[in-house]
Amino acid sequence: MRRLLKLMAISLAAALFAGTAPAETMKMAVTTSFENSGLGKVLLPEVKKDLGLDVKLLVVGTGAALRLGANGDVDAVLVHAKNAELKFMKQGNGLHRRLIMYNDFVLIGPKEDPVGIKKAKTAAEALKMIAAAKFPFVSRGDDSGTNKKELALWKEAGFDKADLKGSWYRAAGAGMGATLNVAAGMNAYTMSDRATWLKFGNKRDLALLFAGDPKLFNQYTLIPVNPKTHPGVRTDLALKLEDWLTSPKAAKLINGYRIKGEKLFTFNAKSAPE
Amino acid sequence: MDSIFQGLFQAFHLVLTLDPDLYRIMALSLRVTLTAVVIAAAIGLPLGAWLAVNRFRYRRLTIAVLNAFMGLPPVVVGLFIYLLLSRSGPLGVLGLLFTPAAMIIAQAILITPLIASIAHQAIRDLWSEYHDLLISLNATRAQRIKALLWDGRRALLTATLAGFGRAIGEVGAIMIVGGNIEYSTRVMTTAIALETSKGNLAFALGLGIVLIGLAVLVNLGIHWLGRTERASNW
Repeated sequence: MRRLLKLMAISLAAALFAGTAPAETMKMAVTTSFENSGLGKVLLPEVKKDLGLDVKLLVVGTGAALRLGANGDVDAVLVHAKNAELKFMKQGNGLHRRLIMYNDFVLIGPKEDPVGIKKAKTAAEALKMIAAAKFPFVSRGDDSGTNKKELALWKEAGFDKADLKGSWYRAAGAGMGATLNVAAGMNAYTMSDRATWLKFGNKRDLALLFAGDPKLFNQYTLIPVNPKTHPGVRTDLALKLEDWLTSPKAAKLINGYRIKGEKLFTFNAKSAPE
Repeated sequence: MDSIFQGLFQAFHLVLTLDPDLYRIMALSLRVTLTAVVIAAAIGLPLGAWLAVNRFRYRRLTIAVLNAFMGLPPVVVGLFIYLLLSRSGPLGVLGLLFTPAAMIIAQAILITPLIASIAHQAIRDLWSEYHDLLISLNATRAQRIKALLWDGRRALLTATLAGFGRAIGEVGAIMIVGGNIEYSTRVMTTAIALETSKGNLAFALGLGIVLIGLAVLVNLGIHWLGRTERASNW
């Protein structure tokens, strides 16, 4: 016992005084869905090995990630909401958009599927069925990429943002995982990116009910922050990272990444930025 | 219920296996919070004493504001510090955002009013007791404050520990200004929030139990150092 206590104290003291001084570091804001997928844990150690570059990740929603980029607080962003990205570019905040990879969104709900969205042909039809039954649906409600996608699908189903109220539509105002926690607690429907869902540890009675509509496609884009409008950002490092993320090696790692045997991401970087 | 038992199990497992990641974030939690407490105490304790012995026009207002600031919303403090330290903010050139220094600043701001308020209450009572004595000894203002701080040290320790308690469990402000970056600014509370968001509830609870244990150890350590709460001295 004594020895264990001593070891614990030493571990704590060692950690307390350990300084980390890596050669080069950059900051990148990424979406929660990317972080939750666990792909970062595969890619970043390789980046460090190949480039000697330590990439620090700030994990936030796409809206917040672009905000951090617009303030020049990060050197690059990896996000998934095309319209918001285009606005970000228009305001001169980004150097260019570089497609990296895609995965997809899925609809989650109670295992027994009380509304029957399994039989829906499109994502919009599935949402219509949920709305018609007024069955509880939990939205991110946080201006994230997933939230924007969800709202776009609702629009296609004939619902404007203003129509989405009432006791059945609940905006959690939280990240993907927290929203899934809410949906699990209420046994409600929700939309999630596939990666977060597969890794999520508190599924309870929820199950994946609908996927495969091309509308549920989810493109991830890297945008280095523009040094002209934000002096002081390490665009040089962001560009090095971009080169690496669009290399054949990254392609192999991204395409080969599996969670529970399922392929998650498809690499689709082209030879030049958009 | 299952998750709760699993949480307890996780807590013991984490501590006993000397998980290096756990010890790293524990150490950062301690480093950030203890530094913030030292800074806040260095400002808050003299400020509390000064407010107790001085009479000036807006004293009541100052004290009311200080008391109200005990309940500063952490998220608002975090947001405020973020806007100050952001590259597009006034102090952006310092490059402090998303570093432990930014987290220390945020926590120090959060707990200084708390420490100052509690110190002020304690010293005011002591001052009414010492008032005549110190005046008749013709003690200077600085000497009065010194005597009061020393004789009120037990109550001031409580004030400081209250500050520690608020800071070590705080998540809203440091999440914003620290960014919860792995190996860099991730601390116990932000790690708990992260694990909860991943749905790893038992693991999150385990971390929470470790955090509570850590707070108890720090409090015990301070009592041991200060020789308070001992048989001959309580």
